[in-house]
Amino acid sequence: MKLVTTLLAGAAFGLAFATAAVAQDKTKVGFIYVGPVGDGGWTYEHDQGRLALEEEFGDMVETVYQENVPEGADAERAITQMALSGADLIFTTSFGFMDPTIAVAEKFPDVKFEHATGYKTADNVGVYSARFYEGRAVQGTIAGHLTESNIVGYIGSFPIPEVIRGINSAYIHAKKVNPDVQFKIVWAYTWFDPAKEADAAKALIEQGADVILQHTDSTAPQAAAQEAGNVYTFGQASDMIEYAPMPRVSSIIDNWAPYYIARTKAVMDGTWESDNTWDGIGAGMVGIGEITDAVPAEVKEEALALKDAIASGEYHPFTGPLNKQDGSTWLAEGETADDGTLAGMDFYVEGIEGDIPN
Amino acid sequence: MSLIRLEKRAAPSRTLAALTPVMAVIATMIAGGIMFAILGANPLEAIRTIFWDPLFDPQFGPYSRPQLLVKAAPLILIATGLALGFKAGIWNIGAEGQYIMGAVVGAGAGLAFYPSESPLIFPFMVLAGGFGGWAWAMIPAILKTRFGTNEILVSLMLVYVAENILASVSSGLLRNPEGMGFPGSRNLARDYPAASNTEIIANTGMHWGVVAALIAVIFAYVLMTRHKMGFAIRLAGEAPRAARFAGVSPSRLIIFCLGTAGALAGLAGLFEVSGPAGQISIDFNSGYGFTAIIVAFLGRLHPIGILLAGLLMALTYIGGELAQLMLGMPAAAIQLFQGMLLFFLLAMDVFANYRIRIGTPEVAT
Repeated sequence: MKLVTTLLAGAAFGLAFATAAVAQDKTKVGFIYVGPVGDGGWTYEHDQGRLALEEEFGDMVETVYQENVPEGADAERAITQMALSGADLIFTTSFGFMDPTIAVAEKFPDVKFEHATGYKTADNVGVYSARFYEGRAVQGTIAGHLTESNIVGYIGSFPIPEVIRGINSAYIHAKKVNPDVQFKIVWAYTWFDPAKEADAAKALIEQGADVILQHTDSTAPQAAAQEAGNVYTFGQASDMIEYAPMPRVSSIIDNWAPYYIARTKAVMDGTWESDNTWDGIGAGMVGIGEITDAVPAEVKEEALALKDAIASGEYHPFTGPLNKQDGSTWLAEGETADDGTLAGMDFYVEGIEGDIPN
Repeated sequence: MSLIRLEKRAAPSRTLAALTPVMAVIATMIAGGIMFAILGANPLEAIRTIFWDPLFDPQFGPYSRPQLLVKAAPLILIATGLALGFKAGIWNIGAEGQYIMGAVVGAGAGLAFYPSESPLIFPFMVLAGGFGGWAWAMIPAILKTRFGTNEILVSLMLVYVAENILASVSSGLLRNPEGMGFPGSRNLARDYPAASNTEIIANTGMHWGVVAALIAVIFAYVLMTRHKMGFAIRLAGEAPRAARFAGVSPSRLIIFCLGTAGALAGLAGLFEVSGPAGQISIDFNSGYGFTAIIVAFLGRLHPIGILLAGLLMALTYIGGELAQLMLGMPAAAIQLFQGMLLFFLLAMDVFANYRIRIGTPEVAT
């Protein structure tokens, strides 16, 4: 009975959609954002991707977006209303939108959905994410060279695989160039909260950190570092160039535009298929922001060489020998991590102190 | 000698008290319309999108109308409980925390038996959810009756404690073992039928939380008008000394009001986590506990008023989302618009409580 009503509901929604779709010939692309478009980080870069889409296709495309959508009960409604409004393709750009995206996709079989950073797919739901950890390797190399106190502070958002991967990658490469380096990790339990991020940065600086890495989206840690003086930071998600050349010495930039353009094109051509995309520096989804003159020339050179090696596929940031935190072997000499392990990474590598909170 | 003076009425005007909400909505439409015009949108279209489209638009209405109930139910359920305390001068500001704890305890109770198919699971979760909220509210209640602590501060501070418990269980105790290491519990609504709070009639939005909200409104109405406890609550709020002489025990009242509000907030959390939200996650709470305070006052602490106020708030939320989507309004503009509505509603109270006199005061002879 429940199945029948669900099917009927689906048919009703489908009909509503079909009539809406006939009324227009432009391809309508929708975006669901978790933060404000002016956050200067994560959501800002997704919105840049949306604007690039408009630039690329001009009159052939219409874009809509909804910002500040909470990752709870409200997300499903926001996505449904967007589908009802006649969108052909909807990008839901935060992990917490995963189940709502799948639920709405069941009701709108003719609308295509793309969910960022998740793992559930369906015939009309694809997932995409970026290999930010490749950027973290470059960042870790620079951080390991720059630190004089040998203490690198790290502001984590949530203890999820993506963030843990970043910490591991940065640590491995900092340690490679500076065996004495130590990581101090603070969990902020937020993606975007300038006040909390500033507090975390200040606490880390007080504990002696002279390089701050962040996996949160605001520029508050940059401001805190600037105030402290001799502390280095890196832009996160967005270039955050306004804090260059100091404290921001480089950045990891998310560049979603090429992917958004390619997927929209596929919908226009009728060739769209559910995918699982995980691109890195090589494909241009992860960019390394300009390394400023605050970084010594030979360090910059080394960092850029590493970037090129990763981009060409010659080097994988997780290459053995590597042990887990508890000392057990993870990767043997020359072995590289497989994507499955990376996707569900829930352990620190050897040398990182402290526990992953749970 | 001012030309316009406010003169306190002996008793608030009943006619005006009933009219002010309408006046407030009109004032909001005018002020909001000006704001939308400044932002470059057609003001009439914006206001139509917010107030009319969610109800009557052929494209969105069939979906939005049921959503009004979904959005309003937790607000009404929580506000009804809060209003009892507010009437008695007991200020529970921590409904958000009680809402979270209801969801955590209720969802935990259900998940403990995963993947059982027993029909007893959901009723058990409802009890556990109510208990979770009640127990969380008992902390400020007992601290107040035993040690005279301020329930405003204690209940508010406990919200932050509850948020941290939520973050902890999302990434630990209640984490979905098949969730690839990501925080968040199993999805009760999708993956655990025995624990899911489904729509009772498909596509009406009518889930068990909506039913519970309606029952709560009726009970609160009967309690306040027909029951001795309702009399004690009103007396304690209006004339605390008289209440004491009449033999009303302040401690009993505190325990009753905080406990009821906590239990209702806990129920709201449970119905939300097992239905619309689906899972315990770090960002599960979306401010219903705080918004319900506004709904309680908007409804003038009266159960029927709260029912209407909850629906109105839900309408501005859903209409606001539509305005963002269809007109490209920024989220902040919608929040500003909601703020205007609340401001005008409270400001219009002046007319119910005061008489406006124009001209110089008459001298009594």
